[in-house]
Amino acid sequence: MTACSEMACPLFSAVGDDDRSFELSDYEGAAARWCPGCGDHSILTAVERLLVAEQLKPEQTVFVSGIGCSSRFPHYLKTYGFHGIHGRALPVATGVRLQRPDLTVFVVMGDGDCTSIGAGHWIHAMRYNMRMVALMLDNAIYGLTKNQTSPTTPQGHPSNTQPKGSYLPALNPVEVALGVTNASFVAQTAEWVPAHLFATLRAAYRHDGFAFVRILQRCPIYTPGIYQLAVQRPDVIELLVHDDGVTVPELERTYKNRVAHDPRDLDRARQLAAVGDRVRLGVFYRDETKVKYEDLRRVPTHAVQERIGLLNAELDKYAV
Amino acid sequence: MPTEILAPEPASSHPPEPTLVRRAEHTVEIVSDSGEGAQKCGQIFGAVSAKMGNGIWTVEIIPAEIQPPPRMPDGASGYRIRIGSGPVTNWGDETNLVVAFNEQVLLARHRLGALAPDAIILLESKWASHPDEDVVRAWHAALEELATRRYRVVLVPMDEQCLTLVDNPRKGKNMFALGLLACIYDRDMGRIRDQIAYAFRKKSEEVYEQNVKLLQLGYDWAQQNIDFRFDVPATPAAQPMVVMNGNEAIGMGALAAGFELCAMYPITPATSASHYLGEMFDRFGGVLHQAEDEIAAAGVAIGASYAGPVALTITSGPGLALKTEFIGLAVMTETPLVLVDVQRGGPSTGLPTKVEQSDLLAVLYGQPGDAPKVVFAPATIEECFHAMITARRIAEAFRCVVVVLSDANLATGVQPFPRPVVDERWMQTSFDQDAVPPGTKPYNWDERTGLSRRIIPGQPNGAYTLTGLEHDNRSKVAYTSGVHQHSSTMRSRKLAVLQSLLLPPAIHGDDAGDLLVVGWGSTKGAIEEAVDRLRAAGHGVSSLHLTFLSPLQPGLREAFARFKHVCTVELNYSDEPDAPFITADNRRLGQLAWLLRAATLTDVDCWTRVPGEPLRPGAIVDAIEKKLVGHRPAPNVTTLSERGAA
Repeated sequence: MTACSEMACPLFSAVGDDDRSFELSDYEGAAARWCPGCGDHSILTAVERLLVAEQLKPEQTVFVSGIGCSSRFPHYLKTYGFHGIHGRALPVATGVRLQRPDLTVFVVMGDGDCTSIGAGHWIHAMRYNMRMVALMLDNAIYGLTKNQTSPTTPQGHPSNTQPKGSYLPALNPVEVALGVTNASFVAQTAEWVPAHLFATLRAAYRHDGFAFVRILQRCPIYTPGIYQLAVQRPDVIELLVHDDGVTVPELERTYKNRVAHDPRDLDRARQLAAVGDRVRLGVFYRDETKVKYEDLRRVPTHAVQERIGLLNAELDKYAV
Repeated sequence: MPTEILAPEPASSHPPEPTLVRRAEHTVEIVSDSGEGAQKCGQIFGAVSAKMGNGIWTVEIIPAEIQPPPRMPDGASGYRIRIGSGPVTNWGDETNLVVAFNEQVLLARHRLGALAPDAIILLESKWASHPDEDVVRAWHAALEELATRRYRVVLVPMDEQCLTLVDNPRKGKNMFALGLLACIYDRDMGRIRDQIAYAFRKKSEEVYEQNVKLLQLGYDWAQQNIDFRFDVPATPAAQPMVVMNGNEAIGMGALAAGFELCAMYPITPATSASHYLGEMFDRFGGVLHQAEDEIAAAGVAIGASYAGPVALTITSGPGLALKTEFIGLAVMTETPLVLVDVQRGGPSTGLPTKVEQSDLLAVLYGQPGDAPKVVFAPATIEECFHAMITARRIAEAFRCVVVVLSDANLATGVQPFPRPVVDERWMQTSFDQDAVPPGTKPYNWDERTGLSRRIIPGQPNGAYTLTGLEHDNRSKVAYTSGVHQHSSTMRSRKLAVLQSLLLPPAIHGDDAGDLLVVGWGSTKGAIEEAVDRLRAAGHGVSSLHLTFLSPLQPGLREAFARFKHVCTVELNYSDEPDAPFITADNRRLGQLAWLLRAATLTDVDCWTRVPGEPLRPGAIVDAIEKKLVGHRPAPNVTTLSERGAA
């Protein structure tokens, strides 16, 4: 995402190279107002760590979000932010990138945003493969509106809209993502494994293309128990490890279940994505050679005088 | 006198000396089954007429389906061209000469009352001797039905002639027909060939050659066999002119306005503007983004506007409905956005290819919450071009949503207009990447005007989070009543500031009288022509045409007060005042009429129709005369139309 996104564009050169260095406080916005124990806090911390680690210029970075608990995210950062409408973060981010290839774009969505009301955009954004990092903060419930079933709610889990328990098997976002033509980066991580979360975010950021990351997350109010087993028993977790994916040596002592998975192997990725006894974290798929819509579509605008010449030539064709 | 049917004598070496009739205007149409190319024929005829200096206005005749069954009245596809010596501002009333590829599509036009009582019909003759008896029977039945009017039918062996040059006359018969018209109206054959070359620029040289041969064949046949010619003298324009349709004008206007990004989703009748832009952006630079849906198209445009120069989205009614939430977001966040709505018949999928002016109130009031925005409607093809420049400037200067309300009549109508003199200031953008002083507020409202300078990502010290939640001037989420009241005021105040800069609309005719007709959008030409006819007949009628619908132009109340009655004429639905159950209390009015009553406290009446086609000046004349009679105490008044028919 870094190298290729710095497309030469004279319009956008107002901020030249500078020798500023950025600390955590340069990125910290308003105090986060999520519930104590909400997984969003640790995701925010990991993202801030990434911003510091990669020294992203705050004014050149845009966080676009939808609506929901997680979509308050941009307010808690000191970068540019766009807190839009429910389910529509991806089209907005697409517009930002089409207009401004020089900006670094992150998208923060909840499971309702991404897999329900905005599911169409999700599929197409993956296919466009624009350079951005799309984080899906998946707590498997509608929290802000107080406890309604989402597509990723585990079957049988009760909510206010489905009090007898969610009727249908939960949607598996990783499987869906791996089914989308031209998807180029699909990963899964968990908010309660900060080292893995950070490593995955960094891999996503460094990916040249659209990086989709599903972050497993607990809602302390409505879904505190859904990952309880995985939190308490590391043997339930299986890490996908590979040099082209994510490797976190410091986790190896805790997480003994590891499987070597080459992220270019799509068939294997799809097998691993299928829900089994284990919660799998890592990069399922990654292919930087996938075509990027922004490279195909954005034709840099010619200078005003040149465009006036073209327009006059065009008017000649319609002249009486 | 019944319809006179002429089968021309076999071509002789002595062509008849044709009768030359001079007319100040004439309306021509060509109708065929879908896919036989009548539209292309009509387009070329219209464009060449305009280039020769005639005023023109064109209308497409479109079947509802892409490939309707052949020889069905419902499937009539074609093109209507009104040409005149002077400027032509609307499609007029009735067709004077029609070329028909079969008698069934002709019947459709006859039944609609589209043809003048003495219209000349050039009709393909082959169906009379078709091997299928049903076809022959249908032919005779049709001609019998047509004989109820005084048409003059000239039978033309179109297929038979085309077969001397091509194997499949379905391909190219339209060029033969173009040749007939070229001869009858003495069109410049060189210009026609140029226009054919342009129309078929994506096809091979062979196709061009073939078409030119068929053109000549039609011309020669008419030369030998048709005994009349029409001369509609052209008036040389005092200034350089261009000729195009409204969607091309919107596309070209968007380029002139410096737009670099248009996000859209395919929808009739808006899409052709995007086709044009897509082709042009490849050369000018910029991107036409075909989004995955209408909602995403709005989102992409808003994302782009937020991060740089204002972007564009183009749609029609159903798309407008889908974009509603995003439009509200743009209003709330004061993100500039230009939205073109090429209106069609509604509600729902409605009449996708047909004109209507039914989106006005949806545009103005379609968002939940208070969502003030700027709305204006071009009335001519020329205004379609300039509307884009105005829209962009207002969107940027006022940091607001601007909706341009075009319609299907403007979208496909072709009209010459003075060639725009391109000004480089049109293309300049307010894109700013300089650092802002630390602490600069993202909504640094001028308390008096509500205006503020927006900060664009990339500007150092400016970072803030834009939000669709209510916010204060720091863009901090705030739900307190004081903040909502104040922020709402700031968003609304901008409209009043813009209104203070607008001119009162000009009045067509005297600025006082019995009745003032008020219109908006594409009906201007038809309304003004109707008013001219009424005034010529001695009626105290004038008209006023609104360009701005939000904010409304100043001076309306004063203008209305100078007339005894005010009546809107619109292409949308209203209840007839004398219909069952309809009373003054429950009558639903035309959309502009509602707006004007609310804004001016004037007892504004309306006459509206939803025919799925543009209004005819003659129909407006009839309607206004009835209104005038209704207002008048004298019992015995003959109307202009009655006198005309007598």
